[in-house]
Amino acid sequence: MDLDTLIQIGGSTIRLSTPLLLACLAGLFSERSGVIDIGLEGKMLIAAFFSAAFAFSTGSVWIGMLAGIAASMALSGLHGLASITFRGNQLISGVALNFLASGVTVLIAQVWFGQGGRTPSLMQGGRFEPITLPFAEALRGVPVLGPIYADMISGHSFLVYVALLAVPLTWWTLYRTRFGLRLRAVGEAPEAVDTAGVSVTGLRYSSLVITGVLCGLAGAYLATGLQAGFVREMSAGRGYIALAALIFAKWRPWYALFACLLFGFLQALSLRPDVVESVVSTTIPVQVMDALPYILTVVILAGFVGKAIPPRAGGEPYVKER
Amino acid sequence: MNRMPAWADAVLVPLFSILLAALISALVILAIGEDPVEAFSLMVDGALMRSSGWGYTLYYATNFIFTGLCVAVAFHARMFNIGGEGQAMIGGLGVALACLYIPWPHWTIALIGATFSAALFGAAWAFIPAYLQAKRGSHIVITTIMFNFIASAVLNYMLVNVLRPPRAMDPATGPFPEATHLPTFQDMFATADNPLFRGSPANVTFFIAVLACIGFWFLIWRTRLGYEIRAFGHSETAAKYAGISPVRIIVVAMLISGGLAGLMALNTTMGEAERLVMNATEGAGFIGIAVALMGRSHPLGVFLAALLFGFLYQGGAELALWTSIPRELITVIQALVIMFTGALDNMVRMPLEKLFLLFGRGKRT
Repeated sequence: MDLDTLIQIGGSTIRLSTPLLLACLAGLFSERSGVIDIGLEGKMLIAAFFSAAFAFSTGSVWIGMLAGIAASMALSGLHGLASITFRGNQLISGVALNFLASGVTVLIAQVWFGQGGRTPSLMQGGRFEPITLPFAEALRGVPVLGPIYADMISGHSFLVYVALLAVPLTWWTLYRTRFGLRLRAVGEAPEAVDTAGVSVTGLRYSSLVITGVLCGLAGAYLATGLQAGFVREMSAGRGYIALAALIFAKWRPWYALFACLLFGFLQALSLRPDVVESVVSTTIPVQVMDALPYILTVVILAGFVGKAIPPRAGGEPYVKER
Repeated sequence: MNRMPAWADAVLVPLFSILLAALISALVILAIGEDPVEAFSLMVDGALMRSSGWGYTLYYATNFIFTGLCVAVAFHARMFNIGGEGQAMIGGLGVALACLYIPWPHWTIALIGATFSAALFGAAWAFIPAYLQAKRGSHIVITTIMFNFIASAVLNYMLVNVLRPPRAMDPATGPFPEATHLPTFQDMFATADNPLFRGSPANVTFFIAVLACIGFWFLIWRTRLGYEIRAFGHSETAAKYAGISPVRIIVVAMLISGGLAGLMALNTTMGEAERLVMNATEGAGFIGIAVALMGRSHPLGVFLAALLFGFLYQGGAELALWTSIPRELITVIQALVIMFTGALDNMVRMPLEKLFLLFGRGKRT
């Protein structure tokens, strides 16, 4: 196997990791505040549709992105209404949101565009274009590192770099700001936060807003970065893989980056069975590659490779008067 | 807490939730420029006014009874089994293996054999998440979601690499032998001059589903095991104190749950397709969540909710056929039902409680 193949796989790993990473960080904010979010998948899907639809009709990928974020935040708000205000079951609310997104996107796509539940393909301006990082061409001559920089690190679209920057930003927010401290506290011991005079409801809603924005970005990337347009069920279980990555990462931002890169790498490999075959010199069924992220997550959950301990108050609606 | 009589909590809350879901669905139909009244009458026409429509409605309802009971039994032990879909897929594998590799003499015996096989495979698929929850504390919701994906990969592998007949293109098994074909409602009820249920897929499995409902009621409310499951669901610490082993209850309840999900495959695989295809479950495992929530985990409620969803499914297909409303409208309705009955139930319950409080006070003074 040569450097070119490695660079190709590296590049597609980064591309495929991006939606996972954004959704995983979205889940991280929500779950760290004590609201379990199974609805990442649905939020991504609805954001993918609205960003593609608006990018197509306005011709601007930015307006599309904002529309995607707005749609994702609307679902996030609904999740908050059910699980914070009305103290309903967070798991069931998340499941309902996933179905809502899966139905609504196809329904509206059919009515607006009449193409069997998809949007028309996006043209120039409706998609995020690749960004060439500074000096990418100049440094190409440097052996090994040059091509890696020019072809693997550089040349992705805007949201890829946003996702990568979101990791240190999330870390900083969680561990170096007052908001982050309170956010982590409200996921572990909401009664303590309440006693300190800080609103549990307010904190949880604001973390759901962040979740909505990040899921919106993830969806927008799917429809306007990774692909050119929306097709039905295009999130294809990525929200659940992100959930798996979140557990894999034990709810910590830097680990989330590595977990998402690992799962993205597995996805990239399943697109290149020839490479896998040449490395392990037997044929690995493509289904094994598909199932690997889920199997890994179950192994982690089983506690055989380190224990994943979720935020303590996760899934429990907070009742003030006890 | 007893501000509202039990009957109101059991009947009025789901009723209002459905009405809310129906209202929003009607608004959705209006928003896409169709007439909700006309759409509803089309659905009733297609699903309930002809015997073949009933045949489809009952066929879908059969699936949803099984998956609804699957979710319901887990609910009784306060567990949320999202894995019905995967358990049903693996149950389908059990049915296919039993039908293809055992030479059954007659469909009755084949049905009994396939029932055991389906339940066994479905239960086996639920066993690992159950064991992990019971012994290692891994959250059953997450593990069952993961097992849905793994199940779909397993099924894909088995269909593409093992069970697919030589030179066939689509990932499916060959047709099952003649002796395993189940009688449909048409075979059972149609006469020469009265062709009932013509061409519809409802089959003898429906009666197994009804039996499952009765068995479920008996198990949960009339046996020691059922009592233990309910006690565990109400309070784990109290159950432990009473000498009930949490590990045993979690595993047994999930095995029953997975077995019920597996039985669904009898209807789709043995009863309708007569071969195992990739997408045999068609999301019925997830609809079980809505059915169990709406039926309040009671077999009678599950039966009625399954009928309602069977009607919605068949009616939705009719809508997609005759109007520009896509089938996904049903997914939206399903989502709304899950949302209102499962997560926003307090939104309905709180005003109702206030109403009852007001009414009750009025009577006292």
